[in-house]
This record gives sequence, C-alpha cells and structure tokens, in this order.
Amino acid sequence: MARLYTDHLHVGYGDHLIVKDLTTSIPDKKITTIIGSNGCGKSTLLKAMTRIIPHQSGTVILDGEHIQKEKTKRIAQKLAILPQTPESASGLTVGELVSYGRFPYQNGFGRLSKKDHEVIHWALEVTGTAAFKHRPVDALSGGQRQRVWIAMALAQETEIIFLDEPTTYLDMAHQLEVLELLQKLNREQERTIVMVLHDLNQAARFADYILALKDGEIVKAGSSEEVMTRDVLREVFQIDAEIGRDPRTNKPICITYNLLKGENKHEESIYSIPVAVRAHS
Amino acid sequence: MMKEKQLSLPFIYQLAIGLILFIIAFLAAMVFGAADATVKDAWLALTSNTANDTVTLLREIRLPRELAAIFVGAALGVAGAMMQGMTRNPLADPGLLGLTAGANAALAIAIVFLPSANYLAIMLACMAGAAGGAALVLGLGSMKKGSLSPFRIVLAGAVVSAFLQAVSEGIGLYFHISKDVSMWTAGGLIGTSWEQLQIIAPFIAGGLFAALLLSRQLTILSLSEEAAAGLGQKTMQVKVMLFCLIVLLAGASVALVGNMTFIGLMVPHIVRAVTGSDYRFIIPMSALVGASFMLFADMLGRTINAPYETPVAAIVAIMGLPFFLLIVRKGGRTFS
Repeated sequence: MARLYTDHLHVGYGDHLIVKDLTTSIPDKKITTIIGSNGCGKSTLLKAMTRIIPHQSGTVILDGEHIQKEKTKRIAQKLAILPQTPESASGLTVGELVSYGRFPYQNGFGRLSKKDHEVIHWALEVTGTAAFKHRPVDALSGGQRQRVWIAMALAQETEIIFLDEPTTYLDMAHQLEVLELLQKLNREQERTIVMVLHDLNQAARFADYILALKDGEIVKAGSSEEVMTRDVLREVFQIDAEIGRDPRTNKPICITYNLLKGENKHEESIYSIPVAVRAHS
Repeated sequence: MMKEKQLSLPFIYQLAIGLILFIIAFLAAMVFGAADATVKDAWLALTSNTANDTVTLLREIRLPRELAAIFVGAALGVAGAMMQGMTRNPLADPGLLGLTAGANAALAIAIVFLPSANYLAIMLACMAGAAGGAALVLGLGSMKKGSLSPFRIVLAGAVVSAFLQAVSEGIGLYFHISKDVSMWTAGGLIGTSWEQLQIIAPFIAGGLFAALLLSRQLTILSLSEEAAAGLGQKTMQVKVMLFCLIVLLAGASVALVGNMTFIGLMVPHIVRAVTGSDYRFIIPMSALVGASFMLFADMLGRTINAPYETPVAAIVAIMGLPFFLLIVRKGGRTFS
C-alpha cells in the first residue's frame, strides 16, 4: 500500500465543495502530476493532502496516520511542500532561506548542527544555487529563485515533495531545468514527487502517474499513455486534441487542439438560455 | 562559478556596534539635560550611594526616565518588527494600526471608572485597549473579501485611531478629566518614577524575551503562511502568541509614555537595512536601536529648548513622518 493516500476526501470552504469524494493514492518513489482546468481543485487537493488546509470529511493518511492528527512538525520531516509562487522571501539571503528548511528538526533558538550544515550545503549544491548563497533571494531571476525554494524543500530532507505549479512564470528553458532537477531527485534518490502542472506535454513527459481532475473529481488516473487520450482531454479540458508521439522521448504529446463548440454542458446551457437573460449573465 | 564572499558583517559584530552606540546614547542622555552633569556624576549615580545634589537628581529623576526611554524604545521597536513580519505589511506600527489609540481610550475609561487604579491596573487596561484597537482595525480592514492590503490596513488604522482618539477626548471632556488623560498621553517621559518602572518594566522585559524566542517562527511566517505551515509551524498558535506579545509591548509602552507613533515603523526598517530580513537578527537589533533612538529623542527634547521640554512624541513624529512617506513612495519595497 502507498504511504500517502486519500479516502473519500471532501475539501471546501463553507458549503462550497471544491474536492468531492476523492479516493486516490500517491505511488511511492514515482513522479505524480495533477492536471486539470483552472478552478478544478488541483491546488486545493494538493493543500489538503499536505495538511495546509483542513478537509471537511474523509481522510488523508500518511504512513498509517491521519494527517490532521499527527504532529505537524513530524509531517514536515516526511513531506515538504513548495507553495505556488512563494512571495519573494523579502530580503532573506539564499543561505538563510535554505537553512529554514531545517526548521522541522530544530527547537528553541534553532542553532544549526553539523548535520544541518551538511544538508543545507548539499541542497544548495544539487540545485546549483551555492554560488549565490549570500545574495538576497529577491535579487535573483525567476528561475534561480524557484531553484532556491526547491533547495529549501530539499533541506527538509523529506521523502515526499509536493510542488504547486513549480514552473509558473519561468521561460521554457528554465521550466525544463526545474523539471529535470526534480526528475533527477526522483531517479537518483527515489523521492516521491507530486506536482501540479499546467502544461500537458510536460506532465506526460515527466510523470509516471497522472491524475486528471475535473470539478474536484478524478476523471482518469494512470500513466501518460492512459491519460493523454482524446477522450480524457475532451472530458477534462473540453478540447478536441490531436495526440501524437514525441520523437525524442517517445511519450504522447498534444500536437494541436481546438476548443469544443456546443458539445460541452457549459456551452449548451448558454445556448439554451433566452437571449434577454443571456445579456445579463 | 566562483563563490561570492559574504558582504555584510557577521551579526555578532553588528550587535557589538549596536551595543556600543546604545551605551553612548545612554551616557549622553544621562549627562546632557536642563541640569548639566558630568560623566563622573552619571557613573556615581549608577554605581554608588553618593548623595550630592546632581547625583541625586540623576538617580531619582533622570535615571528612571532614561530607563523608561530604553524600555519603551525597545518595546515599540520590537512590536513594530513583529507586526511587520506577521502582517507582511511594511507600514505596520502600533501607532498606525490603532493599538496606541485603543490603549489611550482604555486609559481614559480606566481613569474615570477606576479612579483609584494603580499602575498595574492602568497597564492592564492599556493592554486590553491595545488589543481592542488592533481587533477593530483588523476587522475593519478585512471586511471586504481578499487579502489585507498594506494600504487598506493603514487606512482602517487611521479611521479607528481617529475614532478612539475622539472617544478618549470625549470621555475626558465629559468627566472633566482631560488634564489627567493628557498628562498620561502627551506627557512622554516626564515624571516617570521608579515605582512605575518597577511594575511595567518586567512585563516589557518578559515580552522582549518571548519575542526573541519566537523570532524564528516569525521569519518563516513572514515568508508566507503556506510555507510556514509546510515547514511544520502551528501557524494559528504562533499568530495568537505574536498578537499577545505585540499587545503586551504596545500596551505597556502606552502606560509608560502615552502616544508614540512611528518608532515601531522606523526602527525595523533601519535595522533591516543592516541585518537583512531574518527576524532572529531583526528582533534583538530592533530592541537595541529602538532603545537608543528613544534615548536620543528624549535627550533632544530636554535640550533643544532647555529648560523647557519639547514633547518627545513631537520629535519622534517630526523624524518619523518623512520616513513614512518614503516607505509609501517606494511602494513598500523597502521591506526587503
């Protein structure tokens, strides 16, 4: 059984349910990506699974423990989360920020032990950020900054790492750089990676397992071969996609796509409303 | 790639320099004033039981006053730093966000309804008032959906402060205690007694120590709440503790000196320029710089127009207002 799974999970704010009755498990030592359209509950699911936000009902289990009941510091030793586009960390230096990754292991004034220093050093090296250790984080470029935040998550020394859209605001080259770093961590150190991605082709290229979400429910979960299909993408994104094969990676890719007209529920409902009402909406 | 050298001075040296400046400010404040004294007199007042006129004056009048300046400056500097970190708002300050006005209103109410109240009761009333003022501002600021933008909070702070100010003045006029209230609120450091200090100073000292213990938590909270929660912080618990500490420090300060806006705003910004953004460094340094700043401002107040006193609150405000405008102009980016 997987270390981390959800069972009939409901997450929402007030009456509004965003994640509905979701039961899934995160494969150990694999890369999992969550895809879906805006507002489908991707980020909410990610936050609920990492106990950043509470859930209404159902359970999230990590190593047999209920995630809301276990000590949050202990969870932080097993599972790191990189929130969506973290604020620029004000003026902390790279070294300072990454050293706060050791927070879950510290008490009191938080003097860093020899082990802490070693882990921090390693995290800086492996992300290629050691060179600007003494520079303020907000003086770095977007790609560098993202790698620094990943370094902080790595300094947490967790086997599971969650990332919420780690490639947002990065250019193509830097996106790839971040994803390759995560892939390397997964392959060389067997870390379980779970991330929300917007780019389907990146998801297909890097993920071992894809969760496709729509309206807070799983439409399809499986390998990229199983999820990157015309039918699934039609259902999840309301697009008519042309699926091909990446000549270099041999993974499925979405070559081109069109919006579906009149076929999805949303559009239909608009056409079925009288004109006068439509004008108001 | 070549590794860069650390550019700034190690914190321990920064702290040492801060300490030296603080000692100089303290000695200067002891020596200069309406009645001039020598460094030797100051030394005797601090260390011996000598009882000639100057030394007695220093010990009984100037020393408690300077100690009050130290405690208030440190308390407000640290309270401001905590507020800025917690709200991620570069304009946060106990005076600007309604805490001081709330404490003042509570003070006026206490004077009317508890005429025999001792210093302890007055201080507790001030803390309760500070908490009430802050709650009003945060409540008003978050009435509209969305996150609390720095400027909206400051606007709410101005509105609530004006309202609470009116409340205190109204109470003062109606119950004919305006003079008593303004004795407290505008009096600054004049007439601080040993008795008053003995009651209030331990609270401030305790608050400062607790702030130091929470400084690591404050740093990760200042990154973002999600990041803090992800690192295993009990975010809600830490925020409540910080809020209590801020209220304690701001309330105790008002009980000692009354209104004192801008110290909490300025000091952390000045400190950040030297120490960077880690609150483990900002908190102790804000205490030192805040204390030195208050000593300096009080000394100016006593000497500019001697033998008349210039209100220290006015001096601080004259220095603070341009600073406030500078931060607004930079759009809060000095927050780095």
